[in-house]
Amino acid sequence: MNITVNGKATTLPENPSRTIDSLLEELDVSQRLYVTVEFNGDVLDRDAFTGTPVKEGDVIEFLYFMGGGH
Amino acid sequence: MLTDEQIERYSRHIILKEVGGKGQQKLFDGRVLIIGAGGLGAPIALYLAAAGVGTIGIADADDVDLSNLQRQVIHFTPDVGKPKVESAREKMQAINPDVKVITYKEWISAANISRIIADYDFIIDGTDNFAAKFLINDACVLAGKPYSHGGILQFDGQTITVKPKESACYRCIFPEPPPKDAIPSCSQAGVIGVLPGIIGTLQATEAIKYLLGIGDPLTNRLLTYSALRMKFREIPLKRNHSCPVCGDNPTITEVVDELDALTVCDLKGP
Repeated sequence: MNITVNGKATTLPENPSRTIDSLLEELDVSQRLYVTVEFNGDVLDRDAFTGTPVKEGDVIEFLYFMGGGH
Repeated sequence: MLTDEQIERYSRHIILKEVGGKGQQKLFDGRVLIIGAGGLGAPIALYLAAAGVGTIGIADADDVDLSNLQRQVIHFTPDVGKPKVESAREKMQAINPDVKVITYKEWISAANISRIIADYDFIIDGTDNFAAKFLINDACVLAGKPYSHGGILQFDGQTITVKPKESACYRCIFPEPPPKDAIPSCSQAGVIGVLPGIIGTLQATEAIKYLLGIGDPLTNRLLTYSALRMKFREIPLKRNHSCPVCGDNPTITEVVDELDALTVCDLKGP
């Protein structure tokens, strides 16, 4: 399955039960508990992570907290 | 009216057709508030002063520490122990005596932020903690003040400009501060010294463009920078209908302190 993750074309093994939630674990995304997921252009509610299947062609951005400045 | 000396000082601006004498006057009439006189605040304050932004507010309750000097280029070794806002004011006025610098030696909070931002045209977030970053977002959105968000961590940075109710705000992306259960300490996380110079200079550029009314603001797109990969990326964003402060049914209608927000450096990098 081909998707775009943070602007990069990414090929993943076929897995019909893959969700945003499982993808976070599969890709070992950092800040997993609080990363923001933009899914095909929309910020996805955290409550929807487990119920949102990942399909061919999806475009996913992980947006991380960066709180420094000093 | 600009004096002959000012025309010479700002000649490289004035020669730009997008700026000219009129634009330079706009900068001189402009009022920008910088919250945080640290890594991001340092280049922002220096460049805005050099550019001739007429009134610059700078807020920070901290004193200069030796460990700041690796990146906070507005503070010098003899400034250690001095209030950051005083140290910053001295350099800004040394660069450009035309500029009026207003210092606020205080931490921003729900109690004072609305009063402080009220006098300014554009606000810049140069703070180092989520409580302040969310507070600045909420206060600016509620007051309708455009502002620039900046964040840095280790080798990565990001920035976005917010035009309240017109473009995506910080809470459209991050509805609430991160939970308290995370990881390493500030000294472990670290930051490469040049990083705030890059992100802060981008933020200063946004303020100058806003005052001049030129170009395209960094709205509805998050600009991220990786120093290690030497890559900029732009992530398109839009307003989030469920945003707690600028969405269709906002739950935040006045500024409140995010007491549960953890300090930044407790976070692990991306």
